[in-house]
Amino acid sequence: MAEAVLEREFAAVEVPRRGRAREGLRGYGLIVAMWIRSTMTYRTSFALSVVGNAAITLLDFVAVCIMFSHVDELGGFTLPEIALLYGSCSASLGLADLLLGNTDRIGVRIRDGSLDTMLVRPVPVLAQVAADRFALRRLGRVGQGVGVLAWAVWALGPQVEWTAGKVLLVPVMVLAGAGIFGAVMVAGAAFQFLAGDAAEVQNSFTYGGCAMLQYPPTVFAKDLLRGVTFIVPLAFVNWLPALYVLGRPDPLGLPGWAAYLSPLVAFAVFLPASLAWRAGVRSYRSTGS
Amino acid sequence: MRRRVRLYLAVAAGGFRRYATYGTATAAGVFTNTVFGFIVAYTYIALWDERPGLGGYDQAQALTFVWVSQSLLAAGALIGGGFQEELQERVRTGDIAVDLYRPADLQMWWLAADLGRAAFQLAGRGVVPLVVGALAFRLALPADPLRWLLFLVSVLLALTVSFAVRYLLGLAAFWLMDGSGINMMATVVTIFFSGMLLPLTVFPGGFGEFVQALPWAAMLQVPMDVLLGRHAGAGSAAGALGFQAVWAFVLLGAGRLLQSAATRKVVVQGG
Repeated sequence: MAEAVLEREFAAVEVPRRGRAREGLRGYGLIVAMWIRSTMTYRTSFALSVVGNAAITLLDFVAVCIMFSHVDELGGFTLPEIALLYGSCSASLGLADLLLGNTDRIGVRIRDGSLDTMLVRPVPVLAQVAADRFALRRLGRVGQGVGVLAWAVWALGPQVEWTAGKVLLVPVMVLAGAGIFGAVMVAGAAFQFLAGDAAEVQNSFTYGGCAMLQYPPTVFAKDLLRGVTFIVPLAFVNWLPALYVLGRPDPLGLPGWAAYLSPLVAFAVFLPASLAWRAGVRSYRSTGS
Repeated sequence: MRRRVRLYLAVAAGGFRRYATYGTATAAGVFTNTVFGFIVAYTYIALWDERPGLGGYDQAQALTFVWVSQSLLAAGALIGGGFQEELQERVRTGDIAVDLYRPADLQMWWLAADLGRAAFQLAGRGVVPLVVGALAFRLALPADPLRWLLFLVSVLLALTVSFAVRYLLGLAAFWLMDGSGINMMATVVTIFFSGMLLPLTVFPGGFGEFVQALPWAAMLQVPMDVLLGRHAGAGSAAGALGFQAVWAFVLLGAGRLLQSAATRKVVVQGG
């Protein structure tokens, strides 16, 4: 039914003369709207899943709080400081997951051959894949992350010397972090053209990355820190900006202004990710079924 | 009786083979479990450096907890996965009517299939992360074969309790139609109360004792404690396994009750 509505919407789209990006966004919006309508059919289930989505991440934070019922500091960081890390990476991942998270379903689409249908529609494949089964319930994680982040900023209030730059850095950190996670998701989706069903590898960089970023970098081995700073630049999601806000040095010795590089890094990692995506789509061979 | 056993063994073997065909997915899962193992291990080191002996474990035991739980996650379907979504889908589409006409018990059928799946994932996704963890960190794995045997019995009971809870979720589809919401809530509860997020012995005070009496403790915390030797004496080990067995019995029984209520509700539309 929903698919039929979608097909009709697309039939109304004339041959695209507008920019490809605009066309992609329009297609993305249409598919997202369709999925939201379809989700709303089962309202109880939807409400439960929004709450569940927020709770799943909130319990993560409860575990951190339980840790802090036994200790005052973890890796030299206090609870509000860890809450800053936790809230920012949770909000970033939540946003990226909401907008692009379903790209990991491409493995299933490749296997069952339903990617073919997407290739003949007049909308960029990435927009279709990203909007595939769009899950509004993921707002739960975003809301929960922003909530913890707000608490952290409030609790840290007096001890941080807030400058205009630091105030600006908090929302920038969340958005740029979402960009970096988003690029990892696109790269992961591209990898699935090569590896078949490997959605879990992508999860270890996104969910695993966030599980790591919610703890201070001082907890981890230096080699791991180098890996997530220079190879998969997850450190720019929140570690570097948050360390700067807290006035702490980076364990790898990067200068303070590196904290402001996050948006640039997000942009830079999207380039290889989108190239990988193009290469992936080009190499695609239908299962023919 | 013997034919029944043969039937369920065949179903279990089918469950095993089915998951064995997903080679890349298994490799990807191993990778994920290993990555998470490292991340959690470092945070535990920081925590146990600050508070040695927290929760009754030394640091090596805490790290063993991390890596063995990573090995058990997929088998116990503690973070989702498993059969319940398929059962819900069969209820939603009406295919369940076919299942009900099979000359086999619905609950036993799914139990056999799920144990087959778990057996594959225990071998396929369990061994490698544990070996990597043992190479990278100093773990407190027991040398006593009897302890390992007890651990395996405890794991089998843990898988049964996990199945029994998920069977209830699957049946909920008879009333809810769409299971995604309740599945997610169940995953949240399982992650928190099984000891996966933090060993239950670390939970504070009376709340800590309370969570250790819940069925989710039987899914991970109890097998871990059996392996780590917290139930060293014969009586204590029997108590731990008995705790799991009682929950398995109660929850499977609840599943049977709900199943008979659900099947009375089925309306088969002719076709």
